[in-house]
Amino acid sequence: MSNRRIVPIGPYHPLQEEPEFFKLIVEGEKVIGLEINLGYNHRGHEFIAQKMTYEQIPYLVERICGICSNSHPLAFVLAVEDAAAIEVPERAQYIRTIIHELERIHSHLLWLGLAGHFIGYNTVWMWAWRYRELVLDLFEMITGNRNHYAMNKVGGVRRDILPEQIPLIEKALTEIETKTNMFTKAILDDPVILARLENVGVLTKQAAIDYAVVGPTARASGIAIDVRKDDPHCAYDKIDWNMIYFDEGDVLAKAKVRLLECFESIKIIRQCLKQMPQGPIENRVDEIAPGEGIGRAEAPRGEVFHYVRSDGTNIPIRHKIRAPSFMNIVSNEVAVIGYSIADAALCLAAVDPCYCCTERMAAFEDGKERYTGKQLLELSWEKTNKMFPHLNK
Amino acid sequence: MKDFRIWGLKKSPWVFHVAAASCNNCDIEILAALTPRFDVERFGIVLVGSPRHADALLVTGVINRKTLPRVIQVYQQTPKPCLVIGVGTCSCSKHMFEDSYNVVGPYDKHIPVDVYIPGCPPKPEAIILGVVKALQKL
Repeated sequence: MSNRRIVPIGPYHPLQEEPEFFKLIVEGEKVIGLEINLGYNHRGHEFIAQKMTYEQIPYLVERICGICSNSHPLAFVLAVEDAAAIEVPERAQYIRTIIHELERIHSHLLWLGLAGHFIGYNTVWMWAWRYRELVLDLFEMITGNRNHYAMNKVGGVRRDILPEQIPLIEKALTEIETKTNMFTKAILDDPVILARLENVGVLTKQAAIDYAVVGPTARASGIAIDVRKDDPHCAYDKIDWNMIYFDEGDVLAKAKVRLLECFESIKIIRQCLKQMPQGPIENRVDEIAPGEGIGRAEAPRGEVFHYVRSDGTNIPIRHKIRAPSFMNIVSNEVAVIGYSIADAALCLAAVDPCYCCTERMAAFEDGKERYTGKQLLELSWEKTNKMFPHLNK
Repeated sequence: MKDFRIWGLKKSPWVFHVAAASCNNCDIEILAALTPRFDVERFGIVLVGSPRHADALLVTGVINRKTLPRVIQVYQQTPKPCLVIGVGTCSCSKHMFEDSYNVVGPYDKHIPVDVYIPGCPPKPEAIILGVVKALQKL
């Protein structure tokens, strides 16, 4: 007890791109506890969304996160299409799938690079980010921007993939595949990387279920969940691909899941380019019928969930977002316990945390935080009891 | 003596990256500018881990109520004279978060900003141009 110390990580820390605060409770070199303090990135998207029209909101939710900037608008338009029963042309479904998978490749390579950076292996960082530029070039060609693609709209997509672009995409995919292949072999054969990643930050299957983790974090712990398989959106049900999962739950398994998913994504894009039918890319939407709908999309980090309730006007009366990192970050509470401080930073980053996605609320009074986590939980219970009194019995 | 310090600032500026409620996108474009395609490290521009080592601050995102005191603290810790370079539309104005209850305004309301780089996100080329303009300003 006597030599218990606290090591703060954040809010501005060289390891992190974004402001967030972790309080590591350590005994000597060993981490024995972790407190997570979020809320530095809250911008009030849900509030602003209730003042914007359905045409504008995809641009807003895109800016929740710059890395999953296709998943959020995709989940949003799926929710609106669900609420108002809007049909989407088949070509648009395929284009959405292609963009979604390109985003996954770029995000996974980005994570690998950062993981290399966190273990002090900057060569991996530089390599991964160099090959990621190929994907960004494709984005620039198809959508006109390196990030924030603005492809989704209610009823379809905004831009078509032109026939003359397809050979260029295929050429770039071949190059990405060879580079990722080389990269995978280099990583999985490197004894230094194996020593740093193997049996570090183990999240057991039971803990993964308890903390309800999603995405690659869950798949690395032996839980085979993927919205693309379980509840296929876009064109995923028309395409042949495999879900990658491992049972180990350590950081190496998470890296392997992400690396192998890049190949699956390349496979999906190739099939999409082949199967894509001709036709319109959007259906005209004149009004959004009253109703409520949900949209689920598999972001690179896991399941993104959007809920929209419309009342027949052009502005939603409620828009609720749940991002995958919200579930994944909390699992760090168990994943870092028992490892050294040097490994802790890697464990914290292993879930591919995205804090800007996560921050859904903050409460202040006179510049100070008003509620603690426990108080918020109690408030939430109180509200649920008020809304659904029959559940209480 | 002041001229000497500015002369020191001009050569190989070390940058510290401050993200106040950003969407991560300008941040990854800053990192992309450091990696092989653009490789600003060959000019001696290095990302450092502490504001106390920095010559320039690359600020991104809008400031919200929780990050405001921290951002001001980071600015105070940076040795003066220093450059503050606003990357992205959020740091130049409030972008689309104008109506938000938690956003307390763009950077130049709270700390002096030398160069604004608009764009959502600005391309790495634009970020490099912004840094060059900031250095020319000295």
